[in-house]
Amino acid sequence: MQELTAQLREKAKELLDAKTVDLVIGYGPTGDNGEMTAVFARKPEDVEKLGLNGQCFRNLAVYLNKPEVRKQGKPAIVVKGCDRRALNVLIRERRLAREDLHIIGVNCDGVGEPLMGKCKFCSVHNPEECDDVLGDQIEMPAEDGQFDDVGEMEQLSGDERWKFWSEKLGECIRCYACRQVCPMCYCKRCVVEKNIPQWVETSPHLRGNLSWNVIRAFHLTGRCIGCGECERVCPMAIPIGLINKKLTKLVKEEFQFAAGMTDDEKGPFSTFDLDIDTDKGIL
Amino acid sequence: MESTQQVESTSAAPEEWSPSIVAFLCNWCSYAGADLAGMSRFKYPANIRIVKVPCSGKVDPMFVLKAFESGADLVLVSGCHPGDCHYATGNYHARRKLPTFRTLLEFVGIDPRRFQISWVSAAEGAKWAKMVADITELAEELGPFEYFDRLSDKRKNRQCRN
Repeated sequence: MQELTAQLREKAKELLDAKTVDLVIGYGPTGDNGEMTAVFARKPEDVEKLGLNGQCFRNLAVYLNKPEVRKQGKPAIVVKGCDRRALNVLIRERRLAREDLHIIGVNCDGVGEPLMGKCKFCSVHNPEECDDVLGDQIEMPAEDGQFDDVGEMEQLSGDERWKFWSEKLGECIRCYACRQVCPMCYCKRCVVEKNIPQWVETSPHLRGNLSWNVIRAFHLTGRCIGCGECERVCPMAIPIGLINKKLTKLVKEEFQFAAGMTDDEKGPFSTFDLDIDTDKGIL
Repeated sequence: MESTQQVESTSAAPEEWSPSIVAFLCNWCSYAGADLAGMSRFKYPANIRIVKVPCSGKVDPMFVLKAFESGADLVLVSGCHPGDCHYATGNYHARRKLPTFRTLLEFVGIDPRRFQISWVSAAEGAKWAKMVADITELAEELGPFEYFDRLSDKRKNRQCRN
């Protein structure tokens, strides 16, 4: 890891010195506990703030949506395999152009201690199509059972599921941290902020909470790359990632689609396929 | 406090419950189909409230949630048969989007039968009448949709329903 940090600093310095990019978005330790947060290196001397270790949870792709970051010029961004998928989705949705980005991929063998759940099932340890890649190739087969937790939930009866979700979602305080941290939630005006008519009730009450969490997940159908940031930042520890995961599973089974694998794919709702779509369940 | 009790005690015996159904019909096929049912004097239950939309592909899942929040016991979305869409592909998109949304509702514990999707063409007045009778019967069988209702006091305020 020490070695990777040195490599990253060297690379960032090289890019900033040559003015290939105006800004390097990476990770760096901050605060008393050295938590790895986003670091924006604008000058060659800033690169000393950059770092890499097994605690780089964040999906930095979210910053590429922010106008205040965009106006600073061409960015270089440090991505893990999962974050690279997020970039693919942003590129296919025309939020970004590939040529306006310098991508520094990091081969990642999982983050967290113990390993985060998503990392066990990860199939993209080595990010593809990057301008630079740091670290050695990682051979780490994905474990089976990615959707076991979704399956368990599906086994329950409808009333049990309702009980589970009404308890969990009842705790939501509507801080919208899940939205803010999500690289795909880039609408300038989110549906919860539309108030003529008021689509989603804004007070932290189960009725609005249910609508919010359902519609948030639905808007990410076929777009969510499963970085799990929404769940990680949730201050009430609501397993909202599970709803997204259910939709990921459904999209995989029904439409044979996984988000963010290439940057010219079409999302499941922006296309249709007469060969596989059926009238199942339609009167 | 006293006065509210008085109001409750003096109000008439609770109305007999009958289901509210909200239907989003596409302008070109299903709405015309429902029109045809009327012109042909087919009888069907009057529990259904129709909202005309340009296309079944226009139906945002938010409409469905909002209908449930406002006290619907069952929501129906109806459009043209595949291949007949006035806008060529709207119902193909609906056919992906809406069943996915139904699965999502089911996942959070809402009975998927409360959200129905159908294809009714402008010539299918008889199908429309029969389907509305069927889903009204289904809604009666499922009973009042209390999940959302329990969360609000709207049911109390809806004195004049049906």
